[in-house]
Amino acid sequence: MSKSYIGKSIRRLEDKRFLTGTGKYIDDVKLPGMASMAILRSPHAHAFITKIDMKSARAMEGVIDVFCANDLEDELPEIPLRLAPFTDFQRFLQKPLANKKVRYVGEPVAVVVAEDRYIAEDALELICLEVEPLPAIVTVQDSLKGETLIHDAAGENIGTQYSVSRGDVEAAFKGAFYTRREHFRTNRHGAVPLETRGLIAEVEPTKPLLRLHGATKVNFFNRRHLAEAFNLPESSVELIETDVGGGFGVRGELYPEDYLVPIASYRSGRPVKWIEDRRENLSATNHSRDITCEMEIAATADGNILGMRASVQGDMGAYIRTNGGVVPSKAAQFLPGPYRVPSFACDVQFLITNKTPVGTFRGPGRFEANFCRERMMDLMADDLNIDPAVLRHRNLLTPEELPYRIGELVPGDPDATLDKGDYPSALDRLLTECRYSDWIDKQDPSDGKLRSMGIACFIESSAAGPPESASITVLSTGDIEVRTGASSVGQGTETGLAQICAEYLDIEIERVEVSHGSTTLVKTGGGTFHSRNTVMAGNATRIAAKKVKEKAKELAALRWNCHPTELTYENGEVCKSPDRFTLQELATFAETRGDILSADAIFDNEKKLSYSYGAHAAQIALDITTGLVKVERYWLTEEIGRALNPAMIQGQAVGGVIQGLGGTFLDHFIYDDDGQLLTGSFADYLLPTSSELPEITAIALENFPSELNPMGFKGAGEGGIVAVAAAVGNAIARALKPYNISINELPLTPDRLREALRGAESLK
Amino acid sequence: MKPPKFSYLAPESVKNAIAMKQELGENARYIAGGQSLVPMMNFRVAAPSALIDLNGLTELSKVSLSSDSALNIGALTRTRRLENDPKITGAHPLLAAAARHIAHAQIRNRGTIGGSIAHADPAAELPGIVLACDAEIELQGPRGFRTVHAVDFFESVFTTALEEGELLLNIKFPRWPKDRKWGFQEVSRREGDYALVGIAAWFDLDATSSISACGLSAIGAADTPVRLTKSEAALLGSVPSLPLFEKAAAEVTADIDPFDDVHASAIYRCEVAAALAIRTLTEAWERDT
Repeated sequence: MSKSYIGKSIRRLEDKRFLTGTGKYIDDVKLPGMASMAILRSPHAHAFITKIDMKSARAMEGVIDVFCANDLEDELPEIPLRLAPFTDFQRFLQKPLANKKVRYVGEPVAVVVAEDRYIAEDALELICLEVEPLPAIVTVQDSLKGETLIHDAAGENIGTQYSVSRGDVEAAFKGAFYTRREHFRTNRHGAVPLETRGLIAEVEPTKPLLRLHGATKVNFFNRRHLAEAFNLPESSVELIETDVGGGFGVRGELYPEDYLVPIASYRSGRPVKWIEDRRENLSATNHSRDITCEMEIAATADGNILGMRASVQGDMGAYIRTNGGVVPSKAAQFLPGPYRVPSFACDVQFLITNKTPVGTFRGPGRFEANFCRERMMDLMADDLNIDPAVLRHRNLLTPEELPYRIGELVPGDPDATLDKGDYPSALDRLLTECRYSDWIDKQDPSDGKLRSMGIACFIESSAAGPPESASITVLSTGDIEVRTGASSVGQGTETGLAQICAEYLDIEIERVEVSHGSTTLVKTGGGTFHSRNTVMAGNATRIAAKKVKEKAKELAALRWNCHPTELTYENGEVCKSPDRFTLQELATFAETRGDILSADAIFDNEKKLSYSYGAHAAQIALDITTGLVKVERYWLTEEIGRALNPAMIQGQAVGGVIQGLGGTFLDHFIYDDDGQLLTGSFADYLLPTSSELPEITAIALENFPSELNPMGFKGAGEGGIVAVAAAVGNAIARALKPYNISINELPLTPDRLREALRGAESLK
Repeated sequence: MKPPKFSYLAPESVKNAIAMKQELGENARYIAGGQSLVPMMNFRVAAPSALIDLNGLTELSKVSLSSDSALNIGALTRTRRLENDPKITGAHPLLAAAARHIAHAQIRNRGTIGGSIAHADPAAELPGIVLACDAEIELQGPRGFRTVHAVDFFESVFTTALEEGELLLNIKFPRWPKDRKWGFQEVSRREGDYALVGIAAWFDLDATSSISACGLSAIGAADTPVRLTKSEAALLGSVPSLPLFEKAAAEVTADIDPFDDVHASAIYRCEVAAALAIRTLTEAWERDT
């Protein structure tokens, strides 16, 4: 092949429109006759609804419709479980509007449809919601006690619970030279994409059609459930994807609004737009990460791990939404991580509280598990007086031990196996990059700050879920159209798939246009999550391109009246020396025959997961007087099998680190005892900004192409975030080693560090 | 997050603005940079019936030195100008340094000195500076012109000596001696956030190198910015030294009364205020003026 695009840092094709303000996000979509919707959300965490008086709101000029659950003839559907659908969860599913009872601050109670959003919000203020307050359950401890039930019919606040294990953990702990037990906590925070959610529904009265703009992520799954909910054939429901300003797991799941906007459109007979504002976003969009983990480790005197046992409790919020039990179950599954852990046992509990429901957020469960495990590794290293890197080396699975069966650690999931790789060499590369062996933790005489370095190892699975589709069509203009069921949430899917298409068709990439996500483009699709797109849609695109080449040869063979096997394909042309046909000529020829030069493809990895892996290092400077921590440098290595576009992968890794630093220091949904969200605006919910960024060195390794897909890709979207709290936590703990302070709870705020130091200083 | 309906008026003069306000009453609000008022309106925490837009009143954005070398800064002067205009940075380097800590460039381009002072957020930088520097705040209202000393201006959270209908015209900073020592330090969660706590300090030395005059204030440390009079008393008449600064810093907690919030506890603010006092005084002392 002469045109080489795979492995090149091609400039992102989508950037021009993003950077020049010509992207088309959901709020840029305007339909004729469109009305605006706003939602009355519960200001109470837990209460019986006694009355909703909507009279004045309905009477307001410019108001088209006001409704609550009681106004609807059909019973509202439940939002379905898509992932980790543990059976007991059926008792805790959410309906799009609260009926009789509200269970978290932000729960939709009533809907206003008006001529514009200003009027809609004015009308919200006129709705009178009367309630009988109930005690709010805001901790997992209170949830467990069950004195107040959040879902009365369930009879308990435990969403579900289970135990998983492998090996004989009792025996491992019984004879162990070394054991340690710690309590860890990762705080409730979330993805908080810069573009909030938004939807526009349009219904056509003359035929059954529901078109929903603003969809993304898992459009075909969502279409199926929306069709069911609105009693329509699937073919009558269209989910249309626009540009999306960040997904990170939360965008594109089914939420109450995905039902309310269509209902509003049906009732009013008009297209209805709802744009989530930031205040809504912080209490209405899924939260995540809210885990406590009681963890114990057993090892030999040399630090060889004999066993781990743990109990993980997840604060699930008030309902179980589409992501089911992913967060706590993955936290449990990933606790042993990349290490040789001969025996492991974990109890997992999913607790219902009066908070916003929890869903997946980039690296769900992994960020949490890595923090707990890698902190434990450093504590053990100190206890046994072994260097943290040496200790990790002793326990990392070796290339000879891979593939390694980790067993069935999530009920209902297939038996999981870590695929081939070389974990120690990924750590070694990191240690070389950060000059680990030359580094000395110290109090710097120049500014009095404590400077230290922390490291952490990780594994990260990728590309789970259903098959993915791609279809390639050569137009008679010579342009090439790639369509896929995968979505783009801003990560560069258009560029990546164009690279693969252009490489395999041996053409200029400028000729390729990628459309994605919308259910109108392809027959089926799997969607975008779990670092899937390059693996799944990438391989599907490759298959489609190969089929297009074959079809091109068949068409050329008709023209030349020969057999396709006599023909070659090069430089975007079919050749029979010295003659040749361009793809454009063949596409035109196909058209004259009532045919089309195109091919559909499906890639199915049969749910075999590729695991990326690597290590992180953070160098920090800690001002002991103020408790302020500055991350000065950050390094990570990540084996991703094969890099499709190194610059985009670098972007994923760097972006992941930054988002991880937010989760480590800043992002925090804080609730008071009454279940009120105290960090409900960007003044109090803090995201990392460019001012907080360290110099980040992200190294993608391509030493072990995945054997589970023909192109060798492993997911590369989450390795940047998953070990940040772990590495930074270890660095801070090392800096504060003389004070013997436990760094077991996120976020690591100046106030918390000072509080711990005060305790330690007073003991001195 | 859309504001309720309000009417909009663009006065042509200060007199005109005050007349409008008098006519429209309490529910009308003056608006300058809008960096606090507009978010409050979008959150529907504030719902003014009318906005009287001061942005056209160029007479309010004049910066001048008066004959006694006092620096007059018109209320409509943008925060960005405080850090960039040589007329200000030369005449009052402490003000310029503190301004750089306020939010981000985009916000500083819009926000005004008068707006920040009239808003009176206890964690805001500019109220702390006017307090530390004995500035006079000049007001014009339906009952005429008056001057309020910074010490008397800040009454509580978002509450000032401004009376109904009064408009902040000008802030007058007393003469700033060329060799005055000064420092400003604050701690915030992120760069540009409101200070968890911050300290502004200046002092002058006499012929014997003793501190002859000084001003210290704390922000984020009570329901208003606080003048640290006990620390000042500890400094006056003594030769600067680290032990002296530590003695002065030990008095900080006697003057402040901080609060808990989601970002930091009152105890944190107390101990960090004291620590920052040492740092700020040291910064001032080490400054080559």
